Amino acid sequence: MPIILDKVSHIYGEDTAMAVRALDNISLVIPDGQFIGLIGHTGSGKSTLVQHLNGLMKATSGAVYFNGEDIDSEGFDKKKLRSKVGLVFQYPEHQLFETDVFSDVCFGPKNLGLTKKEAELRAYAALKLVGLEDAYFYQSPFDLSGGQKRRVAIAGVLAMKPEVLVLDEPTAGLDPKGRDEILDQIAALKRETGITVLLVSHSMEDVAKYVDRIIVMNKGRVMYDDEPREVFKQYHELEAVGLAAPQVTYIMKELREHGYDVGDEVTTIEEAKQEILAYFRER
Amino acid sequence: MGIIKVRDLVYEYIRRDEEGNVEGITTAVDDVDLDIEQGDFVAVLGHNGSGKSTLAKHLNAILYPSEGTVWVDGKDTKEEKYVWDIRQTAGMVFQNPDNQIIGQIVEEDVGFGPENMGVPTKEIWERVEESLKAVGMYQFRKFSPNKLSGGQKQRVSIAGVIAMHPKCIVLDEPTAMLDPKGRKEVLRAVRALNDVEHITVILITHYMEEVIYADKVYVMDQGKVAIQGTPREVFSEVEKLKELRLDVPQVTLLAYELAKEGLRMPKGVLTNREFREALDQCRR
Repeated sequence: MPIILDKVSHIYGEDTAMAVRALDNISLVIPDGQFIGLIGHTGSGKSTLVQHLNGLMKATSGAVYFNGEDIDSEGFDKKKLRSKVGLVFQYPEHQLFETDVFSDVCFGPKNLGLTKKEAELRAYAALKLVGLEDAYFYQSPFDLSGGQKRRVAIAGVLAMKPEVLVLDEPTAGLDPKGRDEILDQIAALKRETGITVLLVSHSMEDVAKYVDRIIVMNKGRVMYDDEPREVFKQYHELEAVGLAAPQVTYIMKELREHGYDVGDEVTTIEEAKQEILAYFRER
Repeated sequence: MGIIKVRDLVYEYIRRDEEGNVEGITTAVDDVDLDIEQGDFVAVLGHNGSGKSTLAKHLNAILYPSEGTVWVDGKDTKEEKYVWDIRQTAGMVFQNPDNQIIGQIVEEDVGFGPENMGVPTKEIWERVEESLKAVGMYQFRKFSPNKLSGGQKQRVSIAGVIAMHPKCIVLDEPTAMLDPKGRKEVLRAVRALNDVEHITVILITHYMEEVIYADKVYVMDQGKVAIQGTPREVFSEVEKLKELRLDVPQVTLLAYELAKEGLRMPKGVLTNREFREALDQCRR
């Protein structure tokens, strides 16, 4: 179920003195099964963009197509769209409200009109997908750690069985291990179910490690749309718009400037290690 | 005695049920000692739940010890008569840029602290100017805070604290909600305060790259200090840090991984330049 954005613009406060063009003529295709990273400085339009993917926001011009259908056309079921395109906002644990974890995850499926049994089966499967142990299912969500709460919130979205999962800064506020755990879990989920994942992040290192494709936003426009190795080669341009390349990319640059014949397409520690070892083997 | 002295600190959170009956006790800080000298740049690391924020809140008397003592500039935080002196000596900046600004205009927000301290009006404006200049936000003094980015707001919060002329500033994960540029700006401002104004800085963070500038690092785990030392000493313990749910800067990890493969790389590499120089030695 690919999503297509066709010349989408979004102007906040159109016809007022304070109009802001948050999205400027964006055309994008999100095919099935990709793992995409969306990066951009604060105010670049990332959050506005992702809220167009599930119809939470409406484009002021242009169109959004889900599996070939215009989502703003007569008779299009937006409620159904929201269960197909699951959106996890930043600090999703702020959405938790039930007295126990299991009930909270059941909430979404119940609202889809599923029977109690079906909702419970969905909730159980979703909690297993995020790696939460059974022992926590009947505890209050507020007694869990930050990372655990976050996983419960993500399970709540997964219980809707989305085909596309959009996560806005899923690692914000987590400790290093917590960050690794959540991202590993999401990568595993993608491998096991083939779900399309769009990850909005400020961590270049996280994005480089997990995604197939990076979309860089700047002032409401798409600045780059390519593989990580190609995007991070442009570190000067990225820095000019308030971003950066992963630290490892800069380490390799330092080496090249001092006579080491190593590649300029390194974006992860593993790649750096292999490049450097190869360099020493060839001497 | 240094600017901050902590001895045998214990802090317990008491969990109560709906009726107010005690359900359980969590020992968030468990027998901690600290000695911080004026002018130090100290980093406190720890996984979520390790007690680092609870510890930080003792340093400007937001929390009082269950046991043990905290002295700020020689004053015991348990003595009520010293509370306002302590809060002027040790200012605190929190994680969320939106929760700390109350003024309608940047310069009004920065002036709020000194105004409440009874500083004469002319001096308030002098302090506002010097504080905003110290964090690189002077040209934004007439702006509404709503128009600022996260990094800019955090810098305004820092300016608001330093306008009180504190000897020490405690920052609790100040860059957690910021983009790379914002993180860089805040860190640059914090380092300048330490290098140039000699303000003691206590930085609580999850970002290992921010720690390399510290003089001393404390790593917390389950309420206790698990490792302490210089950044180089602490980052040499890669496996121990992983067990503590932490990380090391990418450059440190890369050197460690290469050492495992047989290259003679030292432990605790902190910068790209050190990395390259170490590799030069291997090339010889």
